[in-house]
Amino acid sequence: MTDVIVASAGAAVPVERPAQRRATWYRNAPLIAGMTITGLLILVAVFAPLIAPYDPNKQNLAVSLVGPSAQHLLGTDQLGRDTFSRLVFGARVDLRVGFIAVLFPFVLGTFLGSIAGYFGGWIDIIVMRLVDTVVAFPFYVLVIALVFVLGTGERSIYIAITIVGWVSYARIIRGEILVAKQLDYVLAAQSGGLSSRRVIMRHVLPNVITQAIVYAMSDIVQDILAIVTLSYLGLGIAPPTADWGSMIAAGQDFLTTHWQLSTIPGLAVVLTGLGLSLLGDGLADLLRPGQR
Amino acid sequence: MNQLSLIGRRLLQLIPVAFGVTLVAFLLIHLIPGNPARTVLGIHATPAKVAALDKEYGLDKSLPAQYLLFLNRLVHGNLGESLFYGVSARTLIIDRLPATLWLLVYATVIVIFMSVPLAMLAASKKNGVRDHAVRTIPLVGLGLPPFWVGIILVEVFALKIHLFPVDGYGSGVAGHLRYMFLPALTVAIGMAPVIIRSLRASMLDVLGADFVSTARSKGVPESRVFVRHVLRNAIIPTVTVLGINIGFLIGNTVIIEQVFALPGIGGLMIQSIFNRDFPVVQGVTIVFAILVVLVNLIVDLTYARLDPRVSLTR
Repeated sequence: MTDVIVASAGAAVPVERPAQRRATWYRNAPLIAGMTITGLLILVAVFAPLIAPYDPNKQNLAVSLVGPSAQHLLGTDQLGRDTFSRLVFGARVDLRVGFIAVLFPFVLGTFLGSIAGYFGGWIDIIVMRLVDTVVAFPFYVLVIALVFVLGTGERSIYIAITIVGWVSYARIIRGEILVAKQLDYVLAAQSGGLSSRRVIMRHVLPNVITQAIVYAMSDIVQDILAIVTLSYLGLGIAPPTADWGSMIAAGQDFLTTHWQLSTIPGLAVVLTGLGLSLLGDGLADLLRPGQR
Repeated sequence: MNQLSLIGRRLLQLIPVAFGVTLVAFLLIHLIPGNPARTVLGIHATPAKVAALDKEYGLDKSLPAQYLLFLNRLVHGNLGESLFYGVSARTLIIDRLPATLWLLVYATVIVIFMSVPLAMLAASKKNGVRDHAVRTIPLVGLGLPPFWVGIILVEVFALKIHLFPVDGYGSGVAGHLRYMFLPALTVAIGMAPVIIRSLRASMLDVLGADFVSTARSKGVPESRVFVRHVLRNAIIPTVTVLGINIGFLIGNTVIIEQVFALPGIGGLMIQSIFNRDFPVVQGVTIVFAILVVLVNLIVDLTYARLDPRVSLTR
C-alpha cells in the first residue's frame, strides 16, 4: 500500500534506502533470534513480580532443599526459598545492573576517544597512556581490587566497570575518528567555520558511533558476567537479594545432591549471553554491511 | 633493525606504562573512604597501631612524597608486610606464583589443541554445516561464566565419574598435570571462542591467497596445503589475538583458582580481600600487571621472529 503511494508520487528515490533496510532486517536471522531471546528476558525481568509464584526472599525451612515439584517448579534452596522465583527476580537485578553498567564506560570512552582522535597532540598522548595503563591490568584483577577498596554494592560495580571498561570505547572511537578526520565531509564542515564541538557532535560522531554500539552489545555480556562473578565471590550484589551469581555460589555446596541449584542460574546467564551476542552480530550485519 | 635495538625500543615504551601501573596501585589505597590505616586495621585497632601504619605508608606526608616512598619501596622489591600472615607480601606471592604460571601455560596449551582443529574444520568448507556448527561456539562461549563452567566440570568429571580430583594442586609434574587439568580446561574454554573466531577468519584469508592456489595447482595434497601453508600463516595473527586477550586470560585465572582452591596468586588475592589484607591485594595487583606486560612483550618479540615481514618500528 505504502509502496504504491510512494511510487505514484514519484518519490521513490529518497525512500529507497529505508525501504531496502526494512526489507533486509527481518531476513537477518541472528538479529531476530537475538531480539526474541533478549526481549523475552527483559519481559521476565520487568514482570518478575507477576511471574514469580513466591517472594524470592521468603524463607521456609520446612521445605528446604526439595526437588522440582508442582509447588516449586525448580525446587527450593537450603533456606527453603523458591528457586524459580529467585531465578526470575535474579534476571531483574542482573539485567538492570548489566544494562546500566555499560552506559558509563560507553559515554566516557566515546568522549575521551573523540577528543583524543580529533584534536591529537598532548590530549591524545595522555588519553592513550591512560589506555595503556588500564589495559596492563587483567580485567578481573582491577575490577575486584576496585570493588574491594570502594566497598561491595551496586555503586562500586558501576564505578569499577567504568574505570576499566572505557578503554575499549576510547580505542574504537579514536581509531574511527583518525580515519574520518581525513574525509571530505569533515574537512567541509571544518572549513565552513563550524566549532570543533559541533563538528564532532553533529558530523563525526554520528558516523563513527555504530562501531561502538556494536561493541557495546558484547560488552553488556562481559558486564553481566562480571556482576555475576563478583556476586559469586561475595563482592557483588549483597544477599539476600536474588542474583544469579550468589545462587550459583550457594548451590555449590549441594552439587552431589541438588545439581540444579548451581546449574540452572548458570544456564540463565548463558542464555542471556547468547541473546545479546546474537543481537550484536545481527546489528553488526545491519549497521555495517559488507564488513563481515 | 637488529633484534637488540628492537627490544630496547619496546622496553622504552614500557616506562610510561610502569609509571601508570604503579600510580594506579598506589592510588588504590586512597580510594578507601576515611582513614586508610583505620579501615585496613579494622575498628578494634588501637590508636598506636593506626599511627604506626600511618607512618609505614607515609600517610602523614604529602601525596607526591608518599608516591615516591612507594616507588622507592617497590624498586627494592618491597611490597609491604601482610597484615594477616605476618610475613612479607613478596614471600607470599613468590610462594604462590608457580601454581598460577602452571595454570596459565597449561590453559594456553589446551586452548591451542582445542582451537586449531576446530578452526581448520570450519575453514575447510566455508558456510558448510561444520562451519556453522563451529561458528556457534563463540556465540554460546562468550556468555559462559568461567567459574560456572568450572563447577559443571567438577560436577561431571570429578563428582559423577571420578576421573579427576575435585580441587588441589597435586605434587610433581604428573600430579600437577592431573590435578590442574580441570582448572586449565576451564580457563581454556573461556579463551577458546575468541581464538577459534580469529583463527577461522585468518585461515579463510590465507586460503584465498595466491600461494595456496599455486600449491594446489602443483598437486600438493589438501591436508599438506592446510598444515604447511595455511596453518603456518594463519597462526601469526592468532598469536597477536592471544596476546591482546592475555589480560583477560590471566584475569580469569583469579576466579578459577578460587573455584578449585589452587595455591596461586589469584586465590591469594581473593582470600586477602576477605582478610582485608591490603598490602597483599596491592602487591598481587602489581604482579598481575607485570605479568600482562611481560607476556605482551614476549608476544610482540615472538611475532617479529615468526613473521620476517614485521618490524616493530610502527
